[in-house]
Amino acid sequence: MRELRVTPIKNGTVIDHIPAGLALKVLKILGIDHAVSSTVTVAMHVPSKAMGWKDIVKVEDRELSPREVDKIALIAPIATVNVIRNYNVAEKRRVTLPDRAVGILRCANPNCISNVPEPIESEFLVRSKNPLRVVCKYCDRELEEIVAHIV
Amino acid sequence: MSDFRGRDVLSIRDFSQADIQLVLKAAKKMVPIAVGSRRSRVLEGRILATLFYEPSTRTRLSFESAMARLGGRVLGFSGAEGTSVQKGETLADTVRMVEAYSDAIVLRHPQEGAARLAAEFTEKPVINAGDGAGQHPTQTLLDLYTIWDEKGSIEDQNVVLVGDLKYGRTVHSLTYALAELGAHLTFVSPPTLEMPREILENLKERGLSFRVAHRLHEVIRDADVVYVTRIQKERFPDSQEYQAVVGSYRIDGDALRDAKRGLIVMHPLPRVAEIAPEVDRTKHAVYFKQAFNGVPVRMALLDLILGGGE
Repeated sequence: MRELRVTPIKNGTVIDHIPAGLALKVLKILGIDHAVSSTVTVAMHVPSKAMGWKDIVKVEDRELSPREVDKIALIAPIATVNVIRNYNVAEKRRVTLPDRAVGILRCANPNCISNVPEPIESEFLVRSKNPLRVVCKYCDRELEEIVAHIV
Repeated sequence: MSDFRGRDVLSIRDFSQADIQLVLKAAKKMVPIAVGSRRSRVLEGRILATLFYEPSTRTRLSFESAMARLGGRVLGFSGAEGTSVQKGETLADTVRMVEAYSDAIVLRHPQEGAARLAAEFTEKPVINAGDGAGQHPTQTLLDLYTIWDEKGSIEDQNVVLVGDLKYGRTVHSLTYALAELGAHLTFVSPPTLEMPREILENLKERGLSFRVAHRLHEVIRDADVVYVTRIQKERFPDSQEYQAVVGSYRIDGDALRDAKRGLIVMHPLPRVAEIAPEVDRTKHAVYFKQAFNGVPVRMALLDLILGGGE
């Protein structure tokens, strides 16, 4: 019998096909830290037929909003998001990289108008998906170190 | 009816080649009105708001002159002191207030992206008059107009951009537009103030060729246009280094000895020491004409956006 490294969850979300090594960044995107109220399981460097190696994140008792799914797409463009209800996969979503990232990244340019208190959300235009390149809609600067600027 | 009517002017990148040509030709027709030899009332009854969050002599005065020459009125402020801005009002709120008092808004702001933000909060056209180190599209248009008017075309002109190519607000937009219009570009700057890598890469991606040089005399011989920008003292760790750099990029009679007869020397002004006063007396000097050109170019834009400009 095959031994399961990670046990199935009853309700929640499984994020699969994360590029190996990026699971902890996915946790950062989801805002999961020590204050989280449910169990979070992280599997790193798991063999994968499609990817060679991958990471998996399981979050119990939480379903992701479309905005959170979009955020994941910024660092894991081929990830799959499975919503689990009563041990069954109720929904299977593939993350899709949006053409615009609204409200999920902060502009690195300190002199950008999006960094002062104005009634707007930050907005980045996706210039290229592979490699991922995004440009601030307001100041027109390309954002380097995208992961570090996730809100 | 032109498709300029009601349009925002935020970045030169929003302009197609045909748009630029249209503005240049319209500006040429405005010259007799700009010099006062003909009268026009095409913008009578129209109000232009000029919101200058930081001072700018040339840009503000030329917008005011342009509007007045076409019979329109101007209201606004220069420097945020004494306005609701100082009380902490957001730009979004200021713009929504001002749109009720005017037909178009000209904005100069110290932060990049301010004009784009302003345009999102008003139905009235917003004209970017410079946002931090970002865009200054009307300056670019008047620079293009100057080259086009002096040389007859922009295509195939050898344009040498000299000075601070890293931080200079005007040179980035100008580079983009000149390359698009078929000029041959040469960048001359101290190694610490070179044209940013992403701009050079963008030119390469678009298949546009350019040259990079560190000495002016290497490239001046075949130049048709030399565009000089101010090298700012604060970019250098000490004043000795600054003096040395400024000296080596200074345009004077000596530097122009091998230049073509028809070479024009441009500068967005104010200049400090980049161009020697002796150059003012030569036929090469067009920088004061360039400053004047701001009026007909802004008149053309205002007429196209607010009036019945073709």
